[in-house]
Amino acid sequence: MKTKTVSISSGAQDFPNGGGAAALLAAGIGSFMVAFFAILADKSTAIKSLMIFYKPTGALSGVTTCAILVWLVSWAILARRWRGRMVSLGPITATALILLGLSLLLTFPPIADLL
Amino acid sequence: MEITLRSLLTLVHGMGFGALYLLACSGAIVELYRRYSPGSLRPIEVEDERFLGGYLVAMAVLAWLAVLTGAYVIYPWYRAVLPPGTVDLAGFPQRLLMASPSTIEWHSIGMEWKEHVAWLAPISITMAAAVFIRHGRNLTRHPQLRNAVLGFVFVSFVAAGIAGFFGAMLDKYAPVQGGQTIQLMHGEKP
Repeated sequence: MKTKTVSISSGAQDFPNGGGAAALLAAGIGSFMVAFFAILADKSTAIKSLMIFYKPTGALSGVTTCAILVWLVSWAILARRWRGRMVSLGPITATALILLGLSLLLTFPPIADLL
Repeated sequence: MEITLRSLLTLVHGMGFGALYLLACSGAIVELYRRYSPGSLRPIEVEDERFLGGYLVAMAVLAWLAVLTGAYVIYPWYRAVLPPGTVDLAGFPQRLLMASPSTIEWHSIGMEWKEHVAWLAPISITMAAAVFIRHGRNLTRHPQLRNAVLGFVFVSFVAAGIAGFFGAMLDKYAPVQGGQTIQLMHGEKP
């Protein structure tokens, strides 16, 4: 996502928001990945088999492990890029909240089955 | 008064970690909303900041314990493979629910939703704890960030609520049972 440095008149520039914004967007990405990998595993038997990391738990083990890995890696990358920076929060918070809302909807089986 | 080991661990997962997390959510939402709003007049003390930081970390620990025990301890018992020729489905909750048209949706919607949506809670609250520890009282200077964190904490509450509701209903229709029997109390003779 392209971000721009903004100036804020309230004195907030003393407290860069890049670290918080990175955590926020990464959480949106991680949440969405739970739904994304769950749908992938549901639609493809080959992917479902690949997602069985721990047999007693089945594909859920792979779905959640992959989502957590994507979340943590994206968090580390974004935090590194935005460390000490003031970023424009509007598009970042909107994207994170949209991803979170989508993950809530797409984990609901009747909606996921429509895809 | 007896309880099986599997029932006890299901209780620890649901009532211990899950329900406690749900209760804690209201405190975090109220505190973040009231004390960290941009127009908040009362100064935020270091002790207040430290307390909420610790509170959010404790919530994150609870949320992770709830999903990890759910996925790696309880869920394998729930989806236990039915040996050929088994007639009594009592020890196979998933199979028991799927055996009747009146209960199959508790699995195909309830468990299928619960097992995935529950993971939004630890991800969201870990983020909230990390952002709070990093920004603390400065969140009042970043209202968009504070509002987004509040939104995530609220969704984590909803996700945990969905998981908790279906967990309770699933355990009502097809309880996870088995394992060693633990005698809690010796009753009087009838």
